[in-house]
Amino acid sequence: MNMEKLIKIQLTNIILATVVGFILGGIVLVLTGYNPLEAYGALFSGIFSKPKYIAQVVIKSTPIILTGLSFLVAFKSGLFNMGAEGQYLTGSIVAAIVGSKLDFPGGIHFLAVVVSAVTASALLGAVIGILKTKWGVNEVISCIMFNWFLLYLNNYLITTPWLKKPNAEASYEIHETAWSLVAGKWKTTEKGIAALSGSGSPFAEMLLRTDLNYGIVIAVIVAVIIYILYKKTTTGYRLQSVGANINASRLSGIPVEKNIICAMALSAAISGLAGALTITGMMPHRLSQLRVHEGYGFSGIAVALIGANSPIGCIFSGLFYSMLEYGSSSIQSKTGAASEIMDLVIGTIIFFIAISSLFRIVLKKKKGESKHE
Amino acid sequence: MKKTRLMATMIIIACIFAMGCSGKKKGDADSKNGDMKDDYNFGLVTGEGGVNDQGFNQLAWEGYKRLQDEFGYNVKYLESKQESDYGANLDKFADEGMNMIWTLGFTMKDITVNAAKMNPDLKYGNIDSVCEQIADNMVSVVFRAQESTFLTGYIAGRMTETNHVGFIGAMRSEVIDQFEYGFRAGVAYAAKETGKEIDVDIQYTESFTDTAKNKSISTLMYSNGVDIILPCGATLGSIEAAKEMNKYVIGIDMDQRHLAPNQMITVAMKNVDVAVYEITKELAEGTFEGGTEHSFGLAEGGVGIAPHSDNLVPGEVLKEVEEISDRIINGSILPPKDEEGFEAFLKTL
Repeated sequence: MNMEKLIKIQLTNIILATVVGFILGGIVLVLTGYNPLEAYGALFSGIFSKPKYIAQVVIKSTPIILTGLSFLVAFKSGLFNMGAEGQYLTGSIVAAIVGSKLDFPGGIHFLAVVVSAVTASALLGAVIGILKTKWGVNEVISCIMFNWFLLYLNNYLITTPWLKKPNAEASYEIHETAWSLVAGKWKTTEKGIAALSGSGSPFAEMLLRTDLNYGIVIAVIVAVIIYILYKKTTTGYRLQSVGANINASRLSGIPVEKNIICAMALSAAISGLAGALTITGMMPHRLSQLRVHEGYGFSGIAVALIGANSPIGCIFSGLFYSMLEYGSSSIQSKTGAASEIMDLVIGTIIFFIAISSLFRIVLKKKKGESKHE
Repeated sequence: MKKTRLMATMIIIACIFAMGCSGKKKGDADSKNGDMKDDYNFGLVTGEGGVNDQGFNQLAWEGYKRLQDEFGYNVKYLESKQESDYGANLDKFADEGMNMIWTLGFTMKDITVNAAKMNPDLKYGNIDSVCEQIADNMVSVVFRAQESTFLTGYIAGRMTETNHVGFIGAMRSEVIDQFEYGFRAGVAYAAKETGKEIDVDIQYTESFTDTAKNKSISTLMYSNGVDIILPCGATLGSIEAAKEMNKYVIGIDMDQRHLAPNQMITVAMKNVDVAVYEITKELAEGTFEGGTEHSFGLAEGGVGIAPHSDNLVPGEVLKEVEEISDRIINGSILPPKDEEGFEAFLKTL
């Protein structure tokens, strides 16, 4: 295939950016006195050598796939959702409250937690949308404000005796009926541990040693729904057209304001879902005092970008991102190099995807040179 | 075209934000490889602060480094960026064939107990937690912080000129209660001895991290006539206030006197490094006993006041502090750890 055509495909750009990222990370490793091959070897063996490591990657990818999708939905409608962090917190706060304060039978409790968390953060998104359409408040500003507001609300709630667990810097755990773990409580009982560790199979180990949960299934379903929404439905078309050209949309009779509010609410709802699934699916199933944001929202932006702004792409880029994140601790423990090296690699990849036109320019110049010869 | 450029700029800005947020202080990742004189491998799972946090995590890592230097054991740490990392980090160490793994703080208690149950061949230790049920292969360490704050309270009681001292706590819990009531008992002891009436102002910030709030409370206390404060949690705020108003302050956990050499009279030390060092050494020497709760106080060298506090504290006071500390060790003074104990203590004076 023609080089120029190849470089126009987003996937090629992503692969090129990844290679550049790893090379740059390798250079830094050499400069700080570590063997890059050894470090990257540790990275990949830390991800693929056991089924449970892969499970960890999948578990860690669930929230960022969702925040990535959340960013994507807003972006398709021309909105820049910097508030996934706050919406994630809304979801987790509501999930923790509903999960620990109410009693339902298993399964229904999980549904109640998820539905209430999603509703709450959708409302938050709608507020941001209304602020924008009614009073012209830029969504970036209001999102960032809500991020901090919710961070401190989270910290405040954990000081109230109603929610704070005595002698802990955290809230009460949610009830087991609301957990979304695979094999939930059974695997922490003596019998479960004996059965699982006795079998010796790597999959039993995976079940025993990780918080494997159903969250990833939900994340994939959400991605597929969003894909269908944009490809096949008029609602999706309207949402997208607002982002593509707001004036043309208005002229052709699309209610622009309503669509902006809807897009923001949908976007926030997905981030809220990420928060709820983290509380239900991962130990320790509770809120804790936060010094800074956990970074799921910003990782989501990166995931959406690496995923080339496609819902299905987000699944893979989320997995890729969490692979690097999870694998980085192996680099730290096996070679002693700082785990931040992987942050650098990820940063470089994002940077090069953002300026992917650079590859095109380099290619053109080279072509020009070869013509001169 | 214009729009794409705008978008690209915004994305880059967003990325910078993201990097800024995830870019935590880089640790000296210095677990030396290939330095295995002995077969022992020890792992440390830190909290979100990382090994350079000027407190808890750093102290524990220092204890480990001493083990490495003195005995050549292989020591490693893994930093947790989020609470959900604790489990994954513990699991990673278990796979790497560690002999013992330490975790820090009561937030990690439950997950450590869980890990200990699942890996019966490994040894685990957790600092600062009271476990109702400790697994056979786990130890928990508690510090009798009331003993060191009793001493600092006594020093404060002797040194106050306004007969007015202050205590600022983070959040009420069993651990913070040790600090508060130990301190108040020490002040009361000094007041009794000198025949003075000393007021103690008590305030809580409801936060371990809000330095600004800590500073404003400290400033207010100092303006109301308090001349010595023991802050507990987000202490940097009090230290700043003390420096600005040139009043005395007492440090906590780690020797922080370099932060305010002319204002920090002494430190209520909590030697996490000693605890980690001693117990881990037991394992290597074969005297390790699982399923136990270790309590570190003055007698074990686990708590105490900062060495060489004679810079600001008068020699005669220090001499008496030494006497009191002997009496705490032999049990003739029992510093109270909670309100009930405090009331009882006051009656014995």
